[in-house]
Amino acid sequence: MFEQIAANKRRTVLLIVGAFVFLGVIGFAIGQFWGGGPTGLIIALVVAGGLSIGSYLYGDKLVLASTRARELSPADAPRLHNIVEGLAIAAGIPKPRVYLVPEMAPNAFATGRDPEHASIAVTQGLLESMNRVELEGVIGHELAHVVDRDMLVGTVVATVVGAGILLAEFFMRSWWWGGFGGRRGDDRGGGGAALPLFIVGFVLLALAPILGQLIKLAVSRNREYLADAQGVLLTRYPPGLIAALRKLGASPTAMHSANNATAHLWLNQPSRFEGERTGRLESLLATHPPIAERIQRLEEM
Amino acid sequence: MDAVLWLAIGIVVLVVLVGIYLYNRFVTLRTRAENGWSQIDVQLRRRYDLIPNLVETVKGYAAHERELFQNVTEARARAAGASAPDDRARAENGLTAGLRQLMAVVEAYPDLKADRHFLELQEELAGTEGKIAYARQFYNDTVAKLNTAIETFPGNFIARWFSFTQKEFFDIEDHIRAPIEVDITRDA
Repeated sequence: MFEQIAANKRRTVLLIVGAFVFLGVIGFAIGQFWGGGPTGLIIALVVAGGLSIGSYLYGDKLVLASTRARELSPADAPRLHNIVEGLAIAAGIPKPRVYLVPEMAPNAFATGRDPEHASIAVTQGLLESMNRVELEGVIGHELAHVVDRDMLVGTVVATVVGAGILLAEFFMRSWWWGGFGGRRGDDRGGGGAALPLFIVGFVLLALAPILGQLIKLAVSRNREYLADAQGVLLTRYPPGLIAALRKLGASPTAMHSANNATAHLWLNQPSRFEGERTGRLESLLATHPPIAERIQRLEEM
Repeated sequence: MDAVLWLAIGIVVLVVLVGIYLYNRFVTLRTRAENGWSQIDVQLRRRYDLIPNLVETVKGYAAHERELFQNVTEARARAAGASAPDDRARAENGLTAGLRQLMAVVEAYPDLKADRHFLELQEELAGTEGKIAYARQFYNDTVAKLNTAIETFPGNFIARWFSFTQKEFFDIEDHIRAPIEVDITRDA
């Protein structure tokens, strides 16, 4: 279990380093064409950073509002409150606020920038379909996100990847409109030798938005495994989360407020459609690892 | 000459920095362990507060189980009065055993099992027992970290100089997934 957690952490660090390398390569590629030095890179970083910090500070309220969550008092849901409080004690953090999302699909998410400003939201469906040990498994997973400051990790990755995408798109657009076609000739004496590099750089920049998204999604999936492992470390009872994930996987109910902007937050990827969805492309584009894989890793602990 | 001097200064600075880091780590762990201990205490007291209420409610349906009520009440008084950690742990185990018996008796009274007030108390009790177990888990994990840090190199020197001492584990029975609450809450 501890080895899994350590391996997951290493992978996350690797992915974050990957995100920075991604930004660096794009900055370098543009520098090759543009010759403008790091100015563009810095501007893109500032813009993406500003947007990310905004979402870091106010994202929780936005998310809770967009899912129509309402706060639950201990009298409304004594069992849920008891579980959240108990696991918060186990994690050594203040008790997060508890919200209810009026959806029948069983699911849950955690938000808030640090353990002092954390909120946990569960759907009506989750509250109704899960027994105590399963709820504990789910809440343990969500609290692990809080303890790990996944909002912060997400913010860093979003900033870095966002800056890269911004740069690449800006570059492609200005190239498209022919804004600096002439300057390229000035920079280099022999055009023939630079051509392969030009093509590589061009392809890279064209693919940058997709690549950036893939990095973001890989980080998200990896954080899910990490939260599974650490959540179980809190409850000390893997079968609870396993049973909860099975129920989640078996539930055919669609989620109405599902959208791409908040998909990565949930315990399991919310589906807008009834029934199952699979496919290789989808697993690459998924914010969450497949449930079967998550269960298998939990069973190995 | 100069290079050697700078190297010596660098090493001293490094040692001091490591020392400060270790010292702060000890203080953090010790404070966390103390917080953990008071959290256990809070939850155990919450359980003491629940017991008279619970006994009264059960009495309303099963008045003749007098001996059992007395046992639980006495166990509660013993646990609340104990001070040393191992005395307390023993008393708490006795109390837990008594509560389990009480809850087993409840099985024979369907009316009681359907009583709303009783169900609320039962959830409170199950929740509190969960919190006791989690508080204990947090405390013991922290104590394990503290004790390891105190024994391993180079922390052992810092610990000796500033007299950080190892703490005792708190060993009570694990109630968290004990049968005490399962029947009703599961699939309820």
